[in-house]
Amino acid sequence: MANETKKPALYLAEYGTPNAIARAAMRVRDAGYQKWDCHTPYAMHGMDEAMGLKPTRIGYISFIFGMIGLATAVFMMNYTNAFSFNLLNIGAGYPLVVGGKPPGAFPSMVPIIFELGILLCGLSTFFGLLAIIKLPRHNHPIFESERFEAASDDRFFISIEVGDQKFNLDGTKALLEATDPISLELIEEEVR
Amino acid sequence: MGAALAYLFIQGIGVWGNNAPVYWAWDITNFVWWIGIGHAGTLISAILFLFRQKWRTSINRFAEAMTVFAVLCAGLFPAIHTGRPWFDYYLFPIPNQMDMWPNFKSPLMWDVFAVSTYLTISVIFWYVGLIPDLATLRDRSKNLTRKRVYGFFALGWRGAHRHWQHYERAYLIFAGISTPLVLSVHSVVSFDFATSIVPGWHTTIFPPYFVAGAVFSGFALVMTLMLICRSIFKLHNIVTIKHLDLMNKFMLGVSLLVGYAYAMEFFIAWYSANPYEQWVFFHNRLGWGQLDSKGNWGPLWWAYYAMVFCNVIVPQIFWFKRARTSVPIMLIASILINIGMWFERFVIIVTSTYQDFLPSSWGMFHPTLIDILTYLGTFGLFFTLFLLFVRWLPMIAIAEVKGNLPGAHPDLHALQAHDEEPDAAAAPVPAE
Repeated sequence: MANETKKPALYLAEYGTPNAIARAAMRVRDAGYQKWDCHTPYAMHGMDEAMGLKPTRIGYISFIFGMIGLATAVFMMNYTNAFSFNLLNIGAGYPLVVGGKPPGAFPSMVPIIFELGILLCGLSTFFGLLAIIKLPRHNHPIFESERFEAASDDRFFISIEVGDQKFNLDGTKALLEATDPISLELIEEEVR
Repeated sequence: MGAALAYLFIQGIGVWGNNAPVYWAWDITNFVWWIGIGHAGTLISAILFLFRQKWRTSINRFAEAMTVFAVLCAGLFPAIHTGRPWFDYYLFPIPNQMDMWPNFKSPLMWDVFAVSTYLTISVIFWYVGLIPDLATLRDRSKNLTRKRVYGFFALGWRGAHRHWQHYERAYLIFAGISTPLVLSVHSVVSFDFATSIVPGWHTTIFPPYFVAGAVFSGFALVMTLMLICRSIFKLHNIVTIKHLDLMNKFMLGVSLLVGYAYAMEFFIAWYSANPYEQWVFFHNRLGWGQLDSKGNWGPLWWAYYAMVFCNVIVPQIFWFKRARTSVPIMLIASILINIGMWFERFVIIVTSTYQDFLPSSWGMFHPTLIDILTYLGTFGLFFTLFLLFVRWLPMIAIAEVKGNLPGAHPDLHALQAHDEEPDAAAAPVPAE
């Protein structure tokens, strides 16, 4: 660990008001940056447009898995209560007649079909969300900044990462300085 | 409660007061009561979210926590009322050496799926709402251990807008699926009763009636707990009298719904001309009409009157603005409503069964000490969890309240108009 060196990771600019960060975000957007982000203590409406983001697609995940949940429930109940074949040696179901209703009667399946659909939809939304936003991740270089703690309190930040094609130490710094940030710092990460 | 449960498991269900005609008694009463309480939390967090009722942000975290803990308490009762809880896994479709599968036509199976789905989704919904606030706690705490623990559960949240964007949509989806879920859960609970042929249970009004009752009791408990925490933690700026006023109006409305359901049950009992149905309603519940051999009223009539008094008459006080804005009055009213809602479930379950069809099979229900200890024990569990929550987690949704403050969101139109003047050359370039 002794021979650690540091290299630049990102620029971090701090702003005091929602309007200030929105204006700055529009400038960064118009300059054509890709790997940059705004950090706010709450979900700020209008930033999608200010940052030029595409609409989220998480709804597709929820919908697909919700449908899988419904289908699973239909299969499960028909397998266990309406037919008697043995799939993958997990044990055969048996046709069940209760209260004079035929095996596989649909109305009595509705509640469980619904519940299982909701369950898979909810679980997939949660894990899909984590997958899309790539969390949990505890080692982001942005946490090197002392000031960044205020991003969950009452300050607004813009970060531009080194990995961006348009990034260069001087040009990006000039761009951010032109947006009147309260503070501007270059965050470095350790290289092993 | 542990001791009461241990005794129950060793001795069996006989230690409860349940007997031949009254197979379900306090166990299912408590189950329905607790799960009903849970419903208000989801209602506040999901349905009011969909309706864009911004005042909900002051109380939703609180109510969601209450939901999770109440459903945990509720889930205990069906698990232990089976008598041999170590065989409860029979309820899940697990492939086994006996080739034995559950009977999915049974409403009790529907209940298993409804309640376990409800618990899972409530916990996820609650946790997703907590993530940004846990990040705030991580950044604000000075102690390294706390920082690490909060940081672990905050998942490295850094408030990035590219995250918020997906997060907001996911939250909307959770609200969207929780809304039908919460309606379905108590409907399924009511199917446990409504699909039977027992007089007083066999009615089609049960699903909406149960959902209204559930929301009613849950709101009342949110109110009780909120008022106490509000005065202890001095939250008067966040939970204002206006919030309490709105909640009281809501409770008044739901109380009228519940009152309507009570009246409609009686109308149907009379209109059906079914002697068993009429006996349950007019004799067992109201205590009218035929007297028993000793010339007494039905022995449980007082439970029905307690229920009507607490659930229908007491909330009428909220017609008056002075009552809606008076903390002592709403505290007392909310406690009475909770008592009343417990009696509602007791009335439905016990007065329907103790004298049902043949007089030769009639019986009576008396709670035993173990019944009472088990019930009190769930209070212990609930309040332990609740106090731990209040101690360690943010009881107000910090990020959501911030987003509701005036001036929290940028005014893009004004900014664009302003920006176009100095540097009109910088034409907007699509970023992606």
